[in-house]
Amino acid sequence: MTRVKSSVIKPYGDTHNDGKMQLSFTLPVRPDELGKEAARQLLAKMGFDDIDICGVRDMSGGFTHFIAYAGTTASIDISKISVKTVDTKVMSLEETDEYILTYIGRPITVVGACIESDAHTVGIDAIMNMKGYNHRYGLERYKYFNAINLGAQVTCEDLLQRVRNEQVDAVLVSQIVTQKNIHIKNLTRLIELAEAEGLRDGILFVCGGPRISHELAIELGYDAGFGTGSYATDVASYIAITLAERMIKAR
Amino acid sequence: MLKLKLRLDLINRARTAAQEIASSFDWLFAEYSSVTIERTILRLLGIDGATKDRKPLPNLVINDLKSHSALGKGAAWWVANAAIAYDKTPQQIAEIVAHGDIQLSKVKSQSPDKIRKLLDTCSDKSLSHIKKQKQYREKQFRKYGDRRQPAIYVIVATGNIYEDAVQAQAAARQGADIIAVIRSTAQSLLDYVPYGATTEGFGGTFATQENFRIMRKALDEVSSEVNRYISLTNYASGLCMPEIAAMGAIERLDLMLNDAMYGILFRDINPRRTLLDQYFSRMINAYAGIEIQTGEDNYLTTSDAVEKAYTVTASQLINEQFALKSGIKPDKMGLGHAFEINPEMENGFLYELAHALLTKELFPDSPVKYMPPTKFASGNIFKTHLMDAMFNFVGQLTGQGVQLLGMMTEAIHTPHLADRSLAIENACYVFNNIRDLGAELSIDPKGFINTRAAHVLEEATLFLEKVAEEGLFTAMERGEFADIKRPEFGGKGLDGVFRKEQGYLNPFLDKMKASLKI
Repeated sequence: MTRVKSSVIKPYGDTHNDGKMQLSFTLPVRPDELGKEAARQLLAKMGFDDIDICGVRDMSGGFTHFIAYAGTTASIDISKISVKTVDTKVMSLEETDEYILTYIGRPITVVGACIESDAHTVGIDAIMNMKGYNHRYGLERYKYFNAINLGAQVTCEDLLQRVRNEQVDAVLVSQIVTQKNIHIKNLTRLIELAEAEGLRDGILFVCGGPRISHELAIELGYDAGFGTGSYATDVASYIAITLAERMIKAR
Repeated sequence: MLKLKLRLDLINRARTAAQEIASSFDWLFAEYSSVTIERTILRLLGIDGATKDRKPLPNLVINDLKSHSALGKGAAWWVANAAIAYDKTPQQIAEIVAHGDIQLSKVKSQSPDKIRKLLDTCSDKSLSHIKKQKQYREKQFRKYGDRRQPAIYVIVATGNIYEDAVQAQAAARQGADIIAVIRSTAQSLLDYVPYGATTEGFGGTFATQENFRIMRKALDEVSSEVNRYISLTNYASGLCMPEIAAMGAIERLDLMLNDAMYGILFRDINPRRTLLDQYFSRMINAYAGIEIQTGEDNYLTTSDAVEKAYTVTASQLINEQFALKSGIKPDKMGLGHAFEINPEMENGFLYELAHALLTKELFPDSPVKYMPPTKFASGNIFKTHLMDAMFNFVGQLTGQGVQLLGMMTEAIHTPHLADRSLAIENACYVFNNIRDLGAELSIDPKGFINTRAAHVLEEATLFLEKVAEEGLFTAMERGEFADIKRPEFGGKGLDGVFRKEQGYLNPFLDKMKASLKI
C-alpha cells in the first residue's frame, strides 16, 4: 500500500499515526490502585488516549515510579517548522588544515575555557585536547590551530584578559553544569563583558554543552552553539569557514 | 576462582618506587604548615561560627595572625596564650578577634607550661569526642552487620540539604549502603568552609558542618528503619582538605574522598599545598576510622582508558604509600578506578575485567572504589543503563569494595528520584544474579585478560620508577600524569603555605601520631 506523504506527523509505534509514546514519571503517591488511576488521569489530561500504565515501581517513602504507553492526540506540521542550525560543511582534520592554509594563510588562534563556577572540563577537553573524543582529534592536533585551553573555573575577566593579550580569532566556552540555569547566567555575563570591553566584534564567540543549541547560542548573542554529539571536526570546520568568509567580505 | 597470574617481582618494584616517591616529602610534612591546617586546629579546639557577613571565625583568626606575620608559631599557641591571658575559651577568643578588639600576637606572653596544659585539655576533649564517634560507628556495624560488598554507593545533589535528606532516605530504603552528598561545583577552590545549613548550590550542595549534621541525623533515622547502618560520605579535597576531614570526624561521616594528588592535577591547586594538606587530613581520617577514597577515575575521563590505564595503577600505588604515612591501614583505603572504556571497542569488556582484577589483586585488603561509565554516557538513557549493567557485572564478578552506581541520566542532569531507584534496581539484580559466578570461573594465564593485566602492571612499574628517579614534582611539571602540566610553584593556594618556626605547636598532629603509632 502506498501512502500519500503528509507533512503533518504523529509518533509511530507500529502503525502509521498510532501516536504511541513511551513515558515514565514519578508521582508522590503510593503504588496502589489510586496511584495508578492518578497516573492514568494525569496522562489523559495531557491529551493522551489509549493509556496503558504498564509499570508501577514502589520507590518507598510515598513515591511511585510509573511507566506507561499511550497514544497522543497531538500532531505536528513539519513544513511550518524552522530551526537555526550550524550549516557549514564538516571537514576532516586534514581538509580543515588545508582550507585554513588556502583561505586564511595563517594559523587560527582559539582560546577555550569552562567559565565561572563550572569545574567540568569534559566538554572543552573533547574539543580542544590533542586526544579529542571518540576518534576525532582535538584542535591542539591541528596544524593550523593555535589552541589555548584554559581549563575549568576560569572567570570571565581572566578569559577576556587572555583574549586581549593574544591575537585571538575565536573564543570557545563550555558549560556543563546547568542546575538552576547557571549556564545561561554565565554565558550572558561573558558576552556582556566582552561587549562592554569592545571585544565582541571581530572575534567569533562559540559556546557548547549538553543543554546548548545553536538557537540558544544565537539568542544569547553568540555566533554559534554546539550541543551533545558535536566533535572537534564540527567546531574546527565552522570556525575555519566562518572566519574565511568574514575575511573575504571584509576585503 | 578468578585470579590473575602476576609477576611478584614487578609488584614489589612498583611498591618500592611508590614508597620512594612518597618518602621524598618528609621534609615538607616536618617543616611546613598551611592556613587550612591551622584553621583545622582551631576547629578542633572548638572554634566555630561566622560573622554576620558570613566570614568563618577560623579564617578571621588566621588572617589576624597572618597579617602580623605571626603564623609561624602556629595558631594553637596564640589562641591558648590569649585564652589564658583573658581567662576565656578559644571560642570566646575567636569572637573577640573577629570583632577586631585584639591582635593575638600583641597579647602578653603567658607561661609556656600553662599554654601546653590548656592545649592538652582542649585537644583531649575533642579527640575523645572523635573517638566516641568512631566507637559508635563500629557498634552500629556490629549491631546491623558488615557493609555489603560491593557496597551500593549513590549520590544526592539537589543543592538543598533538606531535599538531599529526603532523597538520601529514599535511596537507603531502596537499597543504598552509602550516600554521598556531591559538593557545589565551585567549593573546591574556596579557601574557607561556608557556615550553616545551605539550600542553594550548583551541581551539588555545599559541604558545611551543619549540613553534615543534618544528613547524619537523617541517615541515623533511616538506618534503624532499614536495619542497615547507612554510611555518609563527602569530599575532603580542594583548598580546605583537613578542615573538611575534621568536620567529618566530628559529625561522624564514614567515608571521605581524600586523594593525594587530585587537587593538583584536576583543580590546579599548588602541589606543595596539596601534599601538605592531604598528609594532615588523612591523619584525621585515620584517627576517626574514616575510610578514604581516591580519585583515579579522573585520569580516565581526561585521557584514554586503555592507553592510560597504567596511570591509574601508578596513582593507586602512590596514594597507598601517602596514606600509610598518615596512619591509614589498607582496610580503610578505598583506592579508585573506573569503567570508562569506549563501548564501541571490540572486547572492551575484557579490558575492563583485566583492569578491575588488577586493582583487586594489587590491593586485596582494600575496599576498592569502582566508578561507573561517565565519559561515554549519552542522552540515550537506554544504552547508558545497559552500560551500567555491564559495569555492575564486573563489580560483582571481581569483588570490588564499593560500587559507585552509574545513573542512566548521567549525561543529562543530577539524578532524579526514579533515576537513582532504577540504578539501585539494576545493581541489585546483577549482584544477586551472578553472586557466586566468580568462584566458578578461572582466568587463562596465557589468555587475553591475564596478558593485558600483566602489561598494565609492567607499564605502571616502569612509569613509577621513572617518576621516583626524576621526582614527583618534575614529573607533574612535565605533564606525565593525565597529560596535565603542573609546576611546583604554580597553582592556587601556595601563599597559604608557611614554614614552621621554633616552638610551633600542633597538639592534634602529635597526639594522633602517637595514637596511630607513626
